[in-house]
Amino acid sequence: MKSSNNKKQLLTGNEAAAEAAILAGCRYYYGYPITPQNELVNHMAIRMPQVGGTFLQAESEIAAIYMAYGSAAAGARVMTSSSSPGISLMQEGISYLAGSELPCVIVNMQRGGPGLGDISPSQADYFQAVKGGGHGDYRTIVLAPASVQEIADLVYDAFDLADRYRNPVMLLGDAQLGQMMEPVELKKIPRTQQTPRWAVTGAEGRARNIIKSFYPVKGELEAFNIRLQRKYKVVEQKEVRYEEVNTERAEIILVAYGTCARICKEALRRISGTGLQIGLLRPISLWPFPKEPLRRLAKKAKAFCVVEMSSGQMLEDVKLAVLNRCPVHFYGRMGGGVPSSKEVIKKVLNILAPEESTLELEMSEISQELGKGLYFSTIP
Amino acid sequence: MIERMILIGYGGQGMMLFGRLLARVAMLDGKQVTFFPSYGTEVRGGAACYHLIVSTEEIFSPVVEEADTIIVMNQPSYLKLKNYLMPSSHLFLNSSLVKEAESFGEVKNIYRIPATEIANELGNVVASNMVMMGAYNTVKNLVPLPLFLDCLKSSLSGRKAPLFEINKLALLRGKEYVKKVYLKGEKTLEVSVV
Amino acid sequence: MQALYRAPETLLRVPTHYCPGCGHGIVQRLLAEIIDEWGIRGKTIGLAPVGCAVLAYNYLDIDMSEAAHGRPPAVATGIKRVYPDNIVFSYQGDGDLAAIGMAEIIHAASRAENITVIFANNAIYGMTNGQLAPTTLLNQRTTTTPEGRNPLTHGYPLRVCELLATLDGASFIARTSLSSPKNVLQTKEAIKKGFKTQIEKKGFSLIEVLSPCPVYWRMSPVDSLKFIEEKMTQTYPLGVFKDWGKKEL
Repeated sequence: MKSSNNKKQLLTGNEAAAEAAILAGCRYYYGYPITPQNELVNHMAIRMPQVGGTFLQAESEIAAIYMAYGSAAAGARVMTSSSSPGISLMQEGISYLAGSELPCVIVNMQRGGPGLGDISPSQADYFQAVKGGGHGDYRTIVLAPASVQEIADLVYDAFDLADRYRNPVMLLGDAQLGQMMEPVELKKIPRTQQTPRWAVTGAEGRARNIIKSFYPVKGELEAFNIRLQRKYKVVEQKEVRYEEVNTERAEIILVAYGTCARICKEALRRISGTGLQIGLLRPISLWPFPKEPLRRLAKKAKAFCVVEMSSGQMLEDVKLAVLNRCPVHFYGRMGGGVPSSKEVIKKVLNILAPEESTLELEMSEISQELGKGLYFSTIP
Repeated sequence: MIERMILIGYGGQGMMLFGRLLARVAMLDGKQVTFFPSYGTEVRGGAACYHLIVSTEEIFSPVVEEADTIIVMNQPSYLKLKNYLMPSSHLFLNSSLVKEAESFGEVKNIYRIPATEIANELGNVVASNMVMMGAYNTVKNLVPLPLFLDCLKSSLSGRKAPLFEINKLALLRGKEYVKKVYLKGEKTLEVSVV
Repeated sequence: MQALYRAPETLLRVPTHYCPGCGHGIVQRLLAEIIDEWGIRGKTIGLAPVGCAVLAYNYLDIDMSEAAHGRPPAVATGIKRVYPDNIVFSYQGDGDLAAIGMAEIIHAASRAENITVIFANNAIYGMTNGQLAPTTLLNQRTTTTPEGRNPLTHGYPLRVCELLATLDGASFIARTSLSSPKNVLQTKEAIKKGFKTQIEKKGFSLIEVLSPCPVYWRMSPVDSLKFIEEKMTQTYPLGVFKDWGKKEL
C-alpha cells in the first residue's frame, strides 16, 4: 500500500477535475469564480499556460459557456465549470450545445439553493442536470463521482463520451466532493486527437462547415429531433454506469449517488454483523439512469430507500424504474444539510419495523438495539 | 485502524495548513485519507472546521460524525465541539484561548495545551498549530514524526523557508509539554496498526 | 470579353430572405467581395447572430457558426483562441449587440480580443416585427413605442462606437452607412481595416453600419436611405472613432 501511494497526489476534487481535464487533452477552459468550485478556476489559471492551453476568466457564466461553445465548434476539447447559480445561467448555452451537437464538459459542484442559497453541499440540481434545465427536447449525459479519484476518472470518461456522441456531458459533484482532498492517481493516457471533420476551422480546400441549431424549414427540425432521440437511445443502451454493494441478499436497497452514496456505504459498514441485510445501488451515470438494474433488484428486494441531499429528485427516477413492483422510501436533507449514516440507519430501521420505530427512537436506543457501542466504536 | 479528526479554530490559526499537512503525511505513509475544509464566508477570523479521516481501510463517509480526536483552538470553536464528542474521544484544547465552560464528564482524555502561549514564547503566534501537532502526535502517534518534518520543510519553501525552524521548535515544545504534564513517562498510545 | 464586375464567388447563388431595400444583403456582399479579393475563404470563420441576419450562413460560402442572442463575441472568442491566425468575425444587429449582448461586446473589446465585429444598426428589431431597439431614435415609432420613443419612459439612443472607443482594448472603431454608393465603398474599406486589425493582431475592431429597414421604418427603400442621411447620422455621426488605438473623434 505504501508504494502505491507514491504515485498519488493529495488534491481537492476541484483540482483533480482540472488536472484530469488537462490529461484528457483539454486545452481550453473558460470559467467564472463561484464557491465551492474556485479551486478549479484557480488551478486552471496556473496550469493552462504551463501546458500551452488557454485559460480565460469570462465576464459571466453566460459568456463562459458560449466561449466553450466557440472552442467546441472549432473542434477543441473544452471545459467549463461552476456551481448551482452559475450553472443556472449556463442552461441556455447547454441547450444550444445539445442543439448544435457540440461536445463540451461542464462541471457542477452543487451548493444549497434555491436562489443564492449557501455554499454547503447539495444535490438539489438533479432535475436541472438530468431532465435538462434548458429549453427543448435534449439530454445531457450526467456523471456523478463519489470520490476525488472518481472525479478524475470520470473526467476522462466525460471527454470521450462528449466526443463520441457530440453532446455536452455534465460532471455532477457537490461542495463536499469539490473541496475535499483525497489521494488521487492521475493516469496519463496517450490520446491522438484529430480535429473533427465537422468543425469550423476555415474552409480551406473543402466544402464549408456550419454549426447551427436553427431549422426554420418546416419538417427539418422534427427530422433533426428524431435523429437526436435516436442518438440518445444509443447512449441509454450503451453508457449506463452504476455500482452495486451487497445487493445479492439485501432486503432493503439504498439508492444514492455522490456524497450520499458514501454516507450510505458508511451506514452499511456500521450495520454489518448485525444480521440486517441492506444493499446499495449507486448510479454513476444519472443520465442515462440505471433503470434495468433497479428493475432487476425490485424482483427480490423488499423495499428501496433513496437517500439524497434534496427533497427527493432522483427519487422520481427510481420510482419510474421500479414502478409498483416494490415500495420506494426516501430520506433526504435539504439546503446544505448532509445526512449522517446514523440517520440513514434510523430510516432503514423505520422501514423494517415501522410500528416500533414510529416512536422516534433516539440514536442511543437504536445503538443498543444493534449491539453495544455500535456508533461509538471504531471500525476494526 | 481509523482516526476521525475534527480540527476547529479561527481562519488564520493555521488549521488548514495543519490538516493538509497531516493528510499529506498520512497519504505518504500509505494510508487512505479524506480531508474536508468547511469554512465560513470570512477568510480571516471566521470559524473554520476541518474534517480529517485517516484509515488503513477504504474511507466511506467523508463526513466525521463522531470524532476520535478533536483539536480546538479557541473559545467559539469549543462551544461547537459537543456535536462530535463521544466518550472515547481525545480532546486537545488550546488552553491559552479556551476557557472551559462545561465539563464533558464521560470524556477521559482531555489535553489542555497552552499552544498560543508556547508559540508566543517562541516568537511566532502562528506556530500554535504546530504546538498542537506536537502534542497530538505524541499522544496518538498517527504519523512518523521524521516524515512529518520532511513534509513541513518542503511545504515551507522560498521566502517561507526561515519559518521551518520555529515550526519545528513549536512542534517539539508541544511534544515535551504533553509528555511532561500528561504522559509522565508512560508509553505513548499506539494508534497506527500498519 | 473581360468581365469588369461580377458577383463574388463567396456569395452563394441563392435568393436571400431579406426584405426589399434591406441593408444586410449589401454588407454580406461586401464581406464576400473582401474574402474573394484577399483570397481568405480558407481562413475566415464567421458568426451568425440571432436576428434578421441569422441565416447569413446560407449566403456566405465560408465556415460559420450560430451563436445565441447576444453571444457572438463570446463564441468568437472561443473560436479565435483555438485558431489565433484565422480571421474571425461576428455579424450582429442592434438588439443582439447593444441590448442582450452588451456585456459580451464590452468585455470582448476590453480584452482586446482579436476579432472583428460587423454591427448592423437599423435602429429597430426587424425579425420580431419592429420593436424598440437600444439604438431607436428619439420620437421614432416602433411597435413597442407606438407614440414614438420618449426619453422619459424609454431612455435614450445608445451610441455603441462612442462607448467602445473609450476602452483601451478597442483598436479600430468606425461608423459607416449604406446610404449612398460612396458610403457603401467606405463601409467596405472600414471592414477591410477591421480585418487588417486582427490580422496584425492589434486588438478588437468594430464597424457599425447604419443600415436601412424600410419595412419597419414604414418607408420606401429610397426614403429609408434619406432617413439615414438626414436623421440617423445626427444621432450617430459617421467616422473613425479609434484608429489602431489612436482616438480619432
